[in-house]
Amino acid sequence: MRSNEAVAEARRVLEICNACRYCEGYCAVFPAMELRRAFSDGEIDYLANLCHDCRGCYYACQFAPPHEFGINLPKTFAQIRAETYEQYAWPRALAGLFRRNGLVVSLITAVAIAAILALTMGLQAPETLYRPRTGPGAFYAVIPHATMALVGTATFAYALLALAMGFARFWREAGVSNQPAGLRNIARAFGDVLTLRNLGGGGEGCNDRDEAFSQTRRWLHHAMFYGFFACFAATCVATIDHYLGWIAPYPVLSAPVILGTVGGVALLVGTVGFLWVKLSADPAPSAPELYGAGTGLLVLLGLASLTGLALLALRETGAMGVLLAIHLGTVLALFIVLPYSKFVHGIYRLAALIRYAMERSVSVATERE
Amino acid sequence: MTDPAGSYDVLVVGGGNAALCAAIAAREAGASVLLLEHAPRDFRGGNSRHTRNFRAMHDAPTATLTEVYREDEYWDDLRRVTGGKTDEALARLTIRESARTLPWMEMRGVRFQPSLTGTLSLSRTNAFFLGGGKALVNAFYRTAERLGVAIRYDTEVVALGLKSGIVEKVEAKSAGSSLTISAKAVVVASGGFQANIEWLKEYWGPAAENFLIRGTPYAQGRVLRNLLDQDVMPVGDPTQCHAVAIDARAPKYDGGIVTRLDCLPFGIVVNRDARRFYDEGEDLWPKRYAIWGRLVAQQPGQIAYCIVDAKMLRLFMPSMYPAIEAPAIGVLAAKLGLDPGALEMTVRDFNAAVRPGTFNGKVLDDCRTEGLSPPKTHWAQRLDTPPFYAYPLRPGITFTYLGVTVDGQGRVVMKDGKPTGNLFAAGEIMAGNILGKGYLAGFGMTIGAVFGRIAGQEAAHHAQQ
Repeated sequence: MRSNEAVAEARRVLEICNACRYCEGYCAVFPAMELRRAFSDGEIDYLANLCHDCRGCYYACQFAPPHEFGINLPKTFAQIRAETYEQYAWPRALAGLFRRNGLVVSLITAVAIAAILALTMGLQAPETLYRPRTGPGAFYAVIPHATMALVGTATFAYALLALAMGFARFWREAGVSNQPAGLRNIARAFGDVLTLRNLGGGGEGCNDRDEAFSQTRRWLHHAMFYGFFACFAATCVATIDHYLGWIAPYPVLSAPVILGTVGGVALLVGTVGFLWVKLSADPAPSAPELYGAGTGLLVLLGLASLTGLALLALRETGAMGVLLAIHLGTVLALFIVLPYSKFVHGIYRLAALIRYAMERSVSVATERE
Repeated sequence: MTDPAGSYDVLVVGGGNAALCAAIAAREAGASVLLLEHAPRDFRGGNSRHTRNFRAMHDAPTATLTEVYREDEYWDDLRRVTGGKTDEALARLTIRESARTLPWMEMRGVRFQPSLTGTLSLSRTNAFFLGGGKALVNAFYRTAERLGVAIRYDTEVVALGLKSGIVEKVEAKSAGSSLTISAKAVVVASGGFQANIEWLKEYWGPAAENFLIRGTPYAQGRVLRNLLDQDVMPVGDPTQCHAVAIDARAPKYDGGIVTRLDCLPFGIVVNRDARRFYDEGEDLWPKRYAIWGRLVAQQPGQIAYCIVDAKMLRLFMPSMYPAIEAPAIGVLAAKLGLDPGALEMTVRDFNAAVRPGTFNGKVLDDCRTEGLSPPKTHWAQRLDTPPFYAYPLRPGITFTYLGVTVDGQGRVVMKDGKPTGNLFAAGEIMAGNILGKGYLAGFGMTIGAVFGRIAGQEAAHHAQQ
């Protein structure tokens, strides 16, 4: 499953970086590296997932290609991350989905949309599907609420299980100590995630196209991250409302619609912006292995928000039925591919950040002694 | 074929820290500026690419420097390392200007690491570049481009036509064609000659063939020689260079910081004949590492080997190349191509001479040898814990001291003592005025930035008169 060349290359690069240490001010990777003299396979996975891919170290490196040492840490780490996504996937039998992941995500998306559309069209009479309708239960006349809730809950619960299993395997196999993480360290790691503290080499941002720094990726990632969770919160609030007897569609100034709209717009801006950054970026410090996975997830997230916003805009017209089917097909695809897509980077990054917080508190304590 | 590259107020020769500071300062003073860098864009920046920090005077703690480092202490440090081979007026000018130059650099894009309290003693005297010297070089090039400095890479200046103290035209080569540039003032910031093996051979003989050059291969000293040939007053001992012992497996050029070895004070160092030749524990490593390049250069074949055992391996910074490992001294000798019997005898004699003591790698401890020649006066521990490890050593040249004499305005001075009319110098090509001998961490960058600014401003003023 693992290519020994990528691990061997990462070890070679890390040994050179560890003898240099000029980049130690950039992010957590370098202080974590400096605690070691040798790098086990698990520790290489840990350091690779600690990397946020800001590329600052590549442009600052006196040994970057065409120097004969050919140090390209962001690319080397991205290649390792591509392998760890496969290595720690659960169940192992599905690890292969990470190979040609862009294709896998596209196919699942196409099949999910087609299936929901076909089922809706097959099961509903055309006059039901295309007739404009408003008022409580309008959506559920097209797709019954019970079906929606059952399929959504089942696929999302599976995604959470698979992600949690991946997290656990990474935690164990990437060589994290058996010590309890400690609340303080977990809180610190969540703070790192919410602020992207380690993205953007020492505060000025990422290097996207060249030596120039930019905060664009930080803001786009924040838009995606918070947009995604706002959409998720919209769904949760709507579920509660539903069981309290308040049936969708909800008015424009209701909590679910406001959350969903703000989240959807943020998600759309984030994904489209990120695709643009990706397309215009310097390809040298990135790994072709991850290109499809990254693009695939961005397109799917963008589609989910775009179809959701379109559904909101046209929910009182005859297009609602078809748009609902397409939107739910997209969301279904997202839930299915979540544990087998670039989304997993967040799970392993979180694990790596918790471990870093643990190591950091130990080394600070040792220094004080 | 001659391609006239145009006419500028100020021409800057070189592409490292000093050249960039000069180009930016001249441009900000209103001059039109052309900068000619010998290296291609990927390798731009000269030895500044490999640097890490900037030594700065400060009368109060700053965001990047702890405590205080006042002019007199700075001056004392400089006088000590140079043994008085310095021009006090220029040195004090550099020291005083260093305090103002650090924020000047920050305003032009250079970022420094937050000061590290505690462990790193250098954070009191030196501010560290975030990301190292190449990040500094990148920041300066971006600023220079934004300001409208014209930049040509792959362009080597080969001659400056100096007539009665005035540079009339500058000849350069780029992609096989010749260029002639006219400029009202010229700043030379093209470094020393340490990458010119033929020139080094004039002083070191064939031994120089075995020297490794730690930095840029573009420091050929062509401009320096051209000026000295035109009766510019030299400064600095031409035979001297800063040489440390680096890993012999390093590339010929540009191996940089990662080929450095810090193991020497902990083990023993033997030559090609498996004999020790100098006290490895003479003083703390930062005070001694710069003598080992010369020591190895004086050994047959300019090669030596540092040998440590398993208990010493974690005492020093890791280096790029893995240690050569063997279960026994004789086996290690064979792997290194040394006479196993001779190395075994050297280790046996050394081990027998080691006196008991309390080992402490951070201070001058009482672990020493007795009755051994040469002795090891500190950190002497028996080589008795296998596996044994070896690092091969060669002289690694950092920079040369020979340069051109300048005055306080960065103006190059002729042999007759008269300053030139429109020729200024900054950086390594004139550092010998101030650092005539020895080494002070981060001071080369200080001289470069301070005199880069001065030379750039003065050149611009001259051009506008």
